[in-house]
Amino acid sequence: MSLSLSLQSLLFKTNAWLAQAEGTTPAPEGGEGAAPTEGAANAAGDATKEIVEAAPERAFMLNENSTSDESGAPYIESAITYVLNVEQSSWWIAAFSMLLACLGVFGFINVFALFAVWLERKVSAHMQCRLGPMEVGPHGALQTIADGIKLTVKEDIIPKLADRPLFILAPIIVFTGTFIRFVPLPFGPHLNAIDLNLGLFFIASVGSVEVLGVIMAGWASNNKWSLFATIRTATQMVSYEIPIGLTFVAVIVSAGTLSLHGIVEAQEGWFFNWYMFRNPFLAVLFIVFFIATLAECKRAPFDLPEAESELVSGFHTEYSGIRFALFFMAEYAAMYLVSAIAVVLFMGGWYTGIPMIDEIGMNTTSEVTPWLGLFIKAHVLIGKALTLVFLQIWVRWTLPRVRLDQMMYLCWKVLLPVALLCLVGSAFWDLCMGAFSDEKDYFMMIIPK
Amino acid sequence: MNRVGEFHVHKNVRKRFVVMINAGDLRTEEMLLNMGPQHPSTHGVFRVVIRTDGEMILETESHIGYLHRCFEKISENVNYMQVVPYTDRMDYLCAMINNLGYAEAVEKLMELEVPERAKYIRIIACELNRIASHLLAFGVYGLDLGAITPFLHAFRDREKILKIFEKLCGQRLNYTYIRVGGVSFDMTEEILQDIQDFLDYFEPDVLDEFNRLLSYNGIFISRTANVGIIPEEMAINYGLTGPSLRGSGVKRDLRKDEPYCIYDRFDFEVPVGDGEQGTVGDCWSRYIVRVKEMYESAQIIRQAMRDIPGGAFIDKKASNKVKPPKGEVYHKVEGARGELGYHVISDGTDVPYRVKARAPSFCNISILDAMASDANMMLADIVAVIGSFDIVMGEVDR
Repeated sequence: MSLSLSLQSLLFKTNAWLAQAEGTTPAPEGGEGAAPTEGAANAAGDATKEIVEAAPERAFMLNENSTSDESGAPYIESAITYVLNVEQSSWWIAAFSMLLACLGVFGFINVFALFAVWLERKVSAHMQCRLGPMEVGPHGALQTIADGIKLTVKEDIIPKLADRPLFILAPIIVFTGTFIRFVPLPFGPHLNAIDLNLGLFFIASVGSVEVLGVIMAGWASNNKWSLFATIRTATQMVSYEIPIGLTFVAVIVSAGTLSLHGIVEAQEGWFFNWYMFRNPFLAVLFIVFFIATLAECKRAPFDLPEAESELVSGFHTEYSGIRFALFFMAEYAAMYLVSAIAVVLFMGGWYTGIPMIDEIGMNTTSEVTPWLGLFIKAHVLIGKALTLVFLQIWVRWTLPRVRLDQMMYLCWKVLLPVALLCLVGSAFWDLCMGAFSDEKDYFMMIIPK
Repeated sequence: MNRVGEFHVHKNVRKRFVVMINAGDLRTEEMLLNMGPQHPSTHGVFRVVIRTDGEMILETESHIGYLHRCFEKISENVNYMQVVPYTDRMDYLCAMINNLGYAEAVEKLMELEVPERAKYIRIIACELNRIASHLLAFGVYGLDLGAITPFLHAFRDREKILKIFEKLCGQRLNYTYIRVGGVSFDMTEEILQDIQDFLDYFEPDVLDEFNRLLSYNGIFISRTANVGIIPEEMAINYGLTGPSLRGSGVKRDLRKDEPYCIYDRFDFEVPVGDGEQGTVGDCWSRYIVRVKEMYESAQIIRQAMRDIPGGAFIDKKASNKVKPPKGEVYHKVEGARGELGYHVISDGTDVPYRVKARAPSFCNISILDAMASDANMMLADIVAVIGSFDIVMGEVDR
């Protein structure tokens, strides 16, 4: 029955999406549906407010009713409609705004990579009784820009015996594979390129594209060390996707939605509503997720693919110049990506965990405060993600590297069973707690209407 | 059997088809991997040719000689004092002890008794240098296993020792400090105070910090314990000396067993591998012996500084004219890496007839092929094993 229910809601969603693409507003299913987002510039803020107000505690209900957050980039879209002075958004405005949002994300990745490289160098330096870059800009803040310029103007070297097309294609695929995962990632409420209703599934599925690029890079380099690194990478990333997938599933079970937006909104309120604190199984899964993403990002102690003391420099040994910069950028972008996903899934996304602060911009009708609320929320999300990025850097500069067999052992014999147990445990916990605290919603799921 | 056998295509293409069509014909190949001479974790220009099956190592073959600088031949052409700078450049991480071994060998040949103060200064300098060398070994071992921070922490403290040496003799690496007849400069009160300050800083906290940071780190232990086990008998058969031998549980230290200089006057322990983590004789044992030795060296320095007498620091008359009588001598000292022996033959002139050095690193690394072959090691393990010997290629090739 629950299956048919979810199928029904899926169908309804599709209809809603289609209707929206055509520029019409779908009729809400329940009586307490949300308002449409199209219209004036401040409509989006109001819509968010109404969703939040209308949303019942259970996430399943929220998902069924929140038809209006199925749009692409609502802020840009409404801005365009406002500038063009048209009444209704049309499909090409939606598409164009998504494109603009993607460009924005692209810019963010670039800026973040520059910042993260600098951060990594400074943090590692201070952990190691050094100063790190100090010459270019205040405290070496412009050092990575100088490095970036140097990398772009560097001679493009392709080894003679390398497989040329693959060699050229590989960094592009790796970068694209990372970048494409940013598409459904929110930077704040409705601040995303496209809020896919299958957001998590999308992230999990296109994540493997990066592995393909790495394999191509290692193979095309025609270098034995690179080949070693490639095999290690393939083994590692494919293995660690399974614990990551299981954590995804556990969160999906709790939130009842695959949309990253919906998952964050299910964690609204006090910080103990965050999935990290909501039940012990999810807390364990958060740790599992963090460890697995360290491996997924090829960060220490799982930096086997680029183990410099064993494999010289891993799969990008033969790369230099802008191609190397692409690998580098992808690596640092992935660092932010997994941290942001962890924040969205477990740490309440853009919510501070204190409702008074979260309500800024929600309960007023003035023109400034919605934007202030958005500003705060975006900074909260990025700030939380940066904390996790710092944690990754900290771990990297503290721990030695594990061996290949130990890495596999950890994945298949520790993380996987733990994740499976926690998935089941978390589901049961939710079921039981739901039965005691909010029986209506609970029985709605299993008892046919 | 072979489904594409009937097509007359090129060999390579056919091979590819077979792989595509018939998964049963998939085969694996061994790979010859050339590790070094330019490789981050071969500690210089060491080359190992590794036959691997995937990540597993089937066989290794060591190649040395990339840093050969004809120490022994040059020694036959310069006078006794001029040999001293060449000894610096053998084990450049522990040059003081190289100086000491050579100086004592020539002094033995000349039957020369150096001033008492010089002996104490020698002990202090050598043990400080041993700490510096072990610090580097500790840090680099972390680096080999992927932990970069301990390396720089070790360098932070090694730098303090190098500063002291710079004050002492103007050099940071190749000191040429200990010479025939004594030492080149006096160890002033100021320098002694510096050393005292260093020990007070280093001994209680820093070693503990290192242990917390690396020695007892779970990942570090899992990477080194039960890896590269050398049984006691095998270690002795291959002529292992120094921490590499003591890691296998053999309590052999020349400072204790055959005391040279004035080591018999000091009270210190000889740490051996005891299987605290893993097995006796594994990489972790060899590593922890070095960490413990740093503590013992600090004890020796403290005792020597307490007892150091006044007086001359060099026998000027003897050192100005080094011309040993005809004869030959073999003298060995305990270097940071093991037994460092000098065989000096004199024909009565002021130029040695022959100087032969027994370098501990050379003997220690000779065991690598025997232990790495069919030992079920992985590629990452060979890095751990090479690192655990703490070889210095300058000494291996001389």
